[in-house]
Order: sequence, then structure tokens, then C-alpha cells
Amino acid sequence: MSENNQTWRQRIFYTTQTDDRSRMRAVANNLILHLHPTKVPAPALRWTYTWGLGGLSATLALLLIITGVILTFRYDASVERAYTSIQYLETQVAFGSLVRALHHWSANLLVVTAFLHLIRVFLTGGFKLGRSTNWIIGLVLLLIVVAFNFTGYLLPWDQLAYWAITVGTSLLSYVPLVGTAVANFLLGGPEVGQAALRNFYAIHVAVLPALLVMMMSYHFWKVRKDGGISQPPTEPGERVERLTTIPHLVQIEFAAAAVLILGLFVWAAFVPAPLEALADPSHPTNPAKAAWYFLGLQELLLHMHPLAALLLPGIILGAFVAIPYLDKQEDNIGRYFRSAVGKQIALLAALYAIGLIPLLVLLDEYWLDLPALLPGLPTLISNGLIPLALTLGGLAAVYLLFRTTNKANKSEALVGLFVFVMVSLLLLTLIGIFFRGPNMALVLPF
Amino acid sequence: MSEQTTEKTKLSRRDFLKLGVGALSALAVLEVSGASLLFLQPRSLDGEFGGQVIAGLVDSFPPGSVVEFPDGRFYLIHAPDGGFLAVYRRCTHLGCSVSWEPAQNHFFCPCHASSFDIVGDVENPPAPRALDTFPVHIDAGQVIVDTSSIQTRDNFAPDQLVYA
Ligand code: HEM
Ligand code: FES
Repeated sequence: MSENNQTWRQRIFYTTQTDDRSRMRAVANNLILHLHPTKVPAPALRWTYTWGLGGLSATLALLLIITGVILTFRYDASVERAYTSIQYLETQVAFGSLVRALHHWSANLLVVTAFLHLIRVFLTGGFKLGRSTNWIIGLVLLLIVVAFNFTGYLLPWDQLAYWAITVGTSLLSYVPLVGTAVANFLLGGPEVGQAALRNFYAIHVAVLPALLVMMMSYHFWKVRKDGGISQPPTEPGERVERLTTIPHLVQIEFAAAAVLILGLFVWAAFVPAPLEALADPSHPTNPAKAAWYFLGLQELLLHMHPLAALLLPGIILGAFVAIPYLDKQEDNIGRYFRSAVGKQIALLAALYAIGLIPLLVLLDEYWLDLPALLPGLPTLISNGLIPLALTLGGLAAVYLLFRTTNKANKSEALVGLFVFVMVSLLLLTLIGIFFRGPNMALVLPF
Repeated sequence: MSEQTTEKTKLSRRDFLKLGVGALSALAVLEVSGASLLFLQPRSLDGEFGGQVIAGLVDSFPPGSVVEFPDGRFYLIHAPDGGFLAVYRRCTHLGCSVSWEPAQNHFFCPCHASSFDIVGDVENPPAPRALDTFPVHIDAGQVIVDTSSIQTRDNFAPDQLVYA
């Protein structure tokens, strides 16, 4: 069918094409659809391979942009009026509470889906065979999402906003030489105030959206450039079935997006976004906790000098960037956990973390007091560099354990290390959410 | 190239232009980044809290008392021995506001449970150093606190106290 004798309906709704050739042309000729190839290998469509996490993240990003732009019409980025403009949104503006709840819950869910997407890509070796650049772009996207959330939750100017940003930016001042200058620059002054609110607003609604759209486009384009998503290598002579993108891929994507959006609307209609009391610069809440996804990092702060608590995630992030250069074995791409050995090690790693992390937290809380044991040393060393070195040593030991006792190759042992770090982060986050009470003391949640 | 061997100078016209464009671009980048930094620079580093604060008459603060000045963001301490000290309420750990707890006779930070004694020295970590201070002087029987300059210190020392 040539372009000319298409009906208007077929031109607008590309997915209504009925024969393979025009379906493929429809993909190639459409601005949005051409992010896809015209045909995809059938196994790449398996739900249990990708869990649709990238697509769900993209849908959430789109929803966040739409609801965010709507919010800017009613939100007022000034210290005197930010909080009241949110109250007004919650109580007076038609659908105001719904739009805000959609923005809030999508932002929270995006942290989850983006993180799970990273885990999926790592576990299936999706950074292999020329995909290292896209792995790094993905990490940048995750940082952008985190930055969106960090700048976003200052905006309501409630107690959570004020104290979480105060604590978060004070962390920066522990970075030697430049830290204080960078913190002052971000906040536009020495304390969280009008200048900080204005700066964060500009970053949240202008700088980050521009970066996000750029990086997302780059990310999708690169997936195609790299020959589609990762797949197990084919046996010689094996033929993989290839299906046209319309309808096979596009239908799955639409269905997943529709279910997600429907679910979010229902949830947001019943659960409004939280809003604490108006920010009070002389009285922090007790306990003063950050948003839930930062509580793993906050938990580190309770055990280490702030510089060490900053260095540890920095080093781990650095290791993530380096992963494509550390695990170069390419024949195990496209298989969860690399191999049967990898799977077994991943399970062991999760068990080690579950056994070890709560024990360490309890030990440090009630018995171990390094600064008191080493009174001559500055706390930066006794409570900072020493626990940091011990932690990194522990991680190295976990890796070596897998290499030696489990006879794992490099690729499999790295899976173990990765699972260990991820489960540890999850546990620290759960401890931060449920087991920290007034004065940040350990408590039982029930 | 032939022209390079005949000319006295090694720099060809093309190289000269390339170098010139490169240098000018570098200059432009520097200018734009400099201008952006200046444009975005912190707006209120000095005198943020309103400069000089007249706290009140010396006699209105009994020795051993601690009085909060929320707008000036400080606590005025009249130490038991008669010296004055103004401490910034910002916890030296990660910036939460400390509050004075008369029953325990200490400053307490709810964020990570640091506490400081009556002169601002660390009583309980994680706070790494004593509370910051503002300069105090006494003029015609009035205690005046200069909130425009924050002074950091590791520990309390007696010479930080100001006497009437
Ligand atoms: C990945 C994208 C984004 C994320 C993760 C995100 C996250 C957040 C978060 C966590 C809040 C705090 C609201 C709350 O939870 O109470 C917020 C508020 C806000 N965001 Fe976003 N946002 C995103 C994109 C955008 C965009 C593109 C805009 C506008 C162009 C925008 C405009 C706003 C406005 C005006 C508020 C203040 C209103 C309120 O607090 O409810 N956001 N955002
Ligand atoms: S901010 Fe005061 S103890 Fe951490």
C-alpha cells in the first residue's frame, strides 16, 4: 500500500495497518515509533525478560512532565506562599489534589522502576557487547531522577522539605576544599531560604526536564544503535523468529502503559500526597527523616563520619560505571545471573547480606564505639576512614570468597557482589524506614 | 606542504585561522561560564540574619541562663562565671537546629542525637565540633551580637567569653 492511498484513519492511527510491509513502513516513518526497529526478535518481547521496566519508567517520566507542567500554573515558589499554594491546591483547586498526588506517587514509583530496571540490566548482562555507553547513560538517567526528587521535595516547604534539604546539603560541606562553596552556591546562601527555594525550583522545572528529555532520547536511540536489547547468543544455525513491531511490541507497550496509568489514577484518587506542617527553621521534627529512598544513605550517616558516608556510595557508583570494563565475558549475555553457578552465588550473597547487615547495625548501635576505642585519633579517621576501609575490605572479602570457595569466574563473582550490595542497601533502607524512631534510636515498628 | 617550506614562518594561514578560532572559542566559553557563575552566585552570604542584634541589658540575663533569639538564630549564654557567649543554633553535624533543654542543662539536636553543654562544647557525638559562635560586645550596658559573621571553633576556650 503506498502512502497515497492510505485512509486518513490509517495515517493518524499507524497501528491500524494490516499487512506487514505497511506496518514496518509505519514504524520507520513515524517520529515516535521510529525509536523502534521495524521488526523485533520474538524472545526480546518476553515479559519475564525485561519486566517492561524501561517502558514503565518512560511512561512515568511522561506522566511526571505532564502533571508537573500543570502544577507550575498553581504553585508559587516563594517562602511566604509555597506552602499555602500547596494547601490551596489540596483543598480549593478542582482536581488539584489529584494532580499533585499523581505527581507525587509517579515520582516515588519512578525511583522504584528505574532502580529495578538497573538491576534487570545488570543481571542479564545488558551492558555487554557494545552496550557500555548505554549502561552509563542509564546511570546518568538514574541520577537525574534522584536529582528531580531531591529538588522536588523542597518545593512544598513543609517540615520534611526543610530539614531533609538542610541535612542533605550540609553533607556537602564535609567535602574538602570545595564543599562549602558548592553548598552555598546551590542554596544561594548559607541556609535553606528563599534563594534555595528559587534555585531548586528553576532546577526542578527547567534544567532537569531539559536534561531528562535529552538523555532519554539518547538512551532510546542507543538501544537501536546497539542492535536492540540484549539477547542470548544464538547457536550456529539457530534461527530466531522476528515479529513486526506493529502490533506485537506496540500493543504490549500500550497495554502496560494503560494498566500503569489506570493503577496510578486509582491509587492517587484515594491516597493524597502527604504534606507535613509548615517548615519551622527553629524546630526540626523528631525524628527528622529524609524521603524513604534516601533512608539507606541516612542510615550510613548514623554509623560513619559524613565524609565516609558520602565516599562509600561514591565509590560504589564509580564501580557501577566501571562494570562493563570489569566484566568482559560476552558469551553469557542475555541470561539472568549469567549461569547456574551465578544463580547459586546470587542466592548466597543475598543470604550473607541478610545475616550480616542487621547484625552490624546492632553491633555498632549498642557495643562498638570506635572513637572511644581510639581516643587519640580525629573522628574523621576513627569513625570515618576506618569503618570505610573495613566496609570496602568486607566487600572485597565477599568477592574473593565467591572466587575461591564457589569457584566462580569473574563475571559470576561480580553478580554475587552486586546482589550483596543491593540487598544491603535494601536492608539499610528498611531499617531507616521502619526501625528508627525519636532521636534516630533503634525502635520496633509495632 | 610546499608553502610551508617556501615561507619563512612555519605557521600557515589555515593554521593561524584555526588557532585563532580555537583561542577565541575558549575565551568565549570562559566568559560565558564566568558570567553564569556571577549571575548565579549566592545572593546573601553577608549579614544574612540582619547584622547587629541588640540582645538587651546585661542585667536582664542572670548568670547561668540561656536565652533563645529565634530571629537572630542564636542562643545568648550567660555563663555561670559571668561571661557572655552567643552560639549559632545550627548543629555542627548536619545543620539541624539545636534546642536548649534546661532540665538536662544541655543543647540537644533531634536529628542524630548530638548534645552540647552550656558553653556549646560537644557532649555527645556525632557532632564533630563545638557550636559556632557570633561575636559579642557590650556597649553602654547592652549586650550586642553581630550575627553577620559566623566563627567556627573546635572546642570551648575561656577566652571566647566576653565580660561586661
Ligand atoms: C522525572 C521527573 C520528575 C520527578 C521525579 C519529580 C518529583 C517531584 C517531587 C518528589 C515533588 C514533591 C511533591 C511531593 O512529593 O509532595 C515535586 C514537586 C513539583 N514538581 Fe516535580 N518531578 C518531576 C518532573 C517535573 C516537571 C517536568 C515539572 C514541571 C515542568 C515539575 C513540577 C513540579 C512542581 C511545580 C512541584 C511543586 C508542587 C508540589 O509539591 O506538589 N516536576 N516533583
Ligand atoms: S544534625 Fe545535629 S546531630 Fe546530626
